[in-house]
Amino acid sequence: MSIIDASLTEAQKILQETARRFAREEILPHSHEWEEAGEFPRELYEKAGSIGLLGVGFPEELGGVGGGALEILMSIEGLMEGMTTGVTVGLGSHQIALPPVVEFGSDPLRRRIVDEVLRGEKIAALAITEPGAGSDVAGITTRATRRDDGSYRINGAKTFITSGVRADYLTVLTRTSDDKHGGLTFFVVERDREGLSISKPLKKTGWWSSDTAELGFDDVVVPEENRLGAEGTGFLALMKNFQLERLALAGYGYTTAALALRLARENVEERRAFGRPLKGFQVLRHRLADMATKTLAARVLTFEVARAIDRGESCFEEVAMAKNLTAETAVAVTYDAVQIFGGAGYMRETVVERLSRDARLLPIGGGTQEIMKEIISRQMGLV
Amino acid sequence: MKILTTVKRVTDPNMKIKINADATGVVTDGVEYQMNSFDEYGVEEAIVLKENHGGEVVVVSVGPSAATKELRTAMAMGADRAILVETDEKLDSDAVARVLAEVIRKEEPDIVVMGKQAVDSDRNQAGQLLAAYLDWPQATFAFSLEVADGWATVGREVDGGTSTKRVKLPAVVTADLRLNEPRYASLPGIMKAKRKPLDTMTPDDLGVDVAPKVKVLKYEAPEERAAGEIVEDLDALIGKLRDEARVL
Ligand SMILES: Cc1cc2nc3c(=O)[nH]c(=O)nc-3n(C[C@H](O)[C@H](O)[C@H](O)COP(=O)(O)OP(=O)(O)OC[C@H]3O[C@@H](n4cnc5c(N)ncnc54)[C@H](O)[C@@H]3O)c2cc1C
Repeated sequence: MSIIDASLTEAQKILQETARRFAREEILPHSHEWEEAGEFPRELYEKAGSIGLLGVGFPEELGGVGGGALEILMSIEGLMEGMTTGVTVGLGSHQIALPPVVEFGSDPLRRRIVDEVLRGEKIAALAITEPGAGSDVAGITTRATRRDDGSYRINGAKTFITSGVRADYLTVLTRTSDDKHGGLTFFVVERDREGLSISKPLKKTGWWSSDTAELGFDDVVVPEENRLGAEGTGFLALMKNFQLERLALAGYGYTTAALALRLARENVEERRAFGRPLKGFQVLRHRLADMATKTLAARVLTFEVARAIDRGESCFEEVAMAKNLTAETAVAVTYDAVQIFGGAGYMRETVVERLSRDARLLPIGGGTQEIMKEIISRQMGLV
Repeated sequence: MKILTTVKRVTDPNMKIKINADATGVVTDGVEYQMNSFDEYGVEEAIVLKENHGGEVVVVSVGPSAATKELRTAMAMGADRAILVETDEKLDSDAVARVLAEVIRKEEPDIVVMGKQAVDSDRNQAGQLLAAYLDWPQATFAFSLEVADGWATVGREVDGGTSTKRVKLPAVVTADLRLNEPRYASLPGIMKAKRKPLDTMTPDDLGVDVAPKVKVLKYEAPEERAAGEIVEDLDALIGKLRDEARVL
């Protein structure tokens, strides 16, 4: 593919190929149908789980297959060959929901849920955003109140939750005290808890095959065992979680750009106008050259950040940079790809049309472009 | 039972290939490589044989050093050990068959299961030539394979239908697409494959001269075909066959 592939290990390449083969055989033939239907079959989780694809990045003791940030990128690169971000993020919602459980959860809880989710038998989702607080995470108002018997009662609402409609386990950020950052605590809430209401799938611009839900908590009671870490550790867990979440989003970003670039390139070679193939026009050749340059730069930065994460370095602002660069690249390159396809690029049968809608979320989800710039500029000492 | 299977490293068949400027081959710049699809069926069948009869699966590739990736993939699927006969030359099918024959004389497997052809050159010769060099029976294009009492019963895809052939082991069987559903190289399998043995040798070590007997003069893209058409009903079809295709 490009200069950086040579630096991958054999095992990393085989992992990417396994994910790619899975995507081509199990996702791609159905991608259009699933996108239009707004969902993909639940069995896909089990199929992916059975070959270990859901276990990438999780410890073997808990049913995972090991591997770090770079391996997560390899699995994303492979899965995106299914040409739908919706299926990829739907299958991957546990990648953001489980790490707080793995790191802060009690032993009985971890044993109970992690393995099931990695096998694809159960679905996990992360619920942080609320109708009244998104970027301002510490502004959340969902309350968890400790009861006499040690259990907790949860009240509040969450929204825009990926896989929320079908999730069996929700990793929910709550407020357990009024201390702005020190009063946040994560809980696992099982889907069948009384008082939990789950909306129908929300209608979105893109990511159609991924279900997105609004959740209501009305006196939902969970046992102490479901609390992740001590009270007040939620903000720390959240910051740690953002690292891999944003890296994965960066992965969706540059792979989206790479797919759009590949399709646009095929189009300029096949489509003819004024008696020649489109690539006969220098303006389009140069446009493709720019698309290729941006896509490579986005991938290289993301790889380097992944390597830094795998070395154990803290790189909060570099992750933010990778997230912004890849998101901007995905939006720009898919825009150009649609342009290069002309009218066909505006039709729902055309994959670049889907990619361009899917790309639009990337500067918004998992921390907006503006919030990433806040992080970067703060690190630069400007705030 | 000792089962030997083979894998070839080929260009990703899902990518559009282009012939290079002097027509001596295809453009390999930026091309990805993977295991020949037909070999996935061969490897799968070898593993199934081992699961049913016990024994060992040895996987062999003749190709560049980078083909260790395809060998490790086969080991991640379940093969036990691998042999790479390393060469950067472009071998014709005859040279590949002679190299494999030497490996097989050393390894003495009970059966060889390999893909019926490679998806890059589509020559469909190595298995047949190999059986001839070994003077073993062969059963090509297998869609089913049963092994019992030193014999293999092979269902074969042939022109106009299927046929069944019984061959005495050791024999060479080549795999067709209906033979099985190749498993994935699972992630735990990939981790295990790292620790499985992989031996490397060269055609020289085996005493095989791989100079090609077949000379490729030039590569040419096939002529483009017009897109097909779906017609409303039988009358429309007959009309098209008469007036446009002029075959009636
Ligand atoms: C498809 C989809 C899937 C999602 N999945 C999940 C999920 O699984 N779990 C989950 O918890 N959340 C999820 N989200 C929510 C997502 O993380 C939030 O939408 C995002 O963080 C932005 O929050 P907000 O929508 O409240 O926007 P707001 O915070 O209201 O922001 C509105 C605008 O104001 C800007 N802004 C805000 N603060 C500042 C500032 N300090 N400086 C400059 N500009 C600022 C923002 O950048 C943005 O442009 C998802 C969202 C979508 C659309």
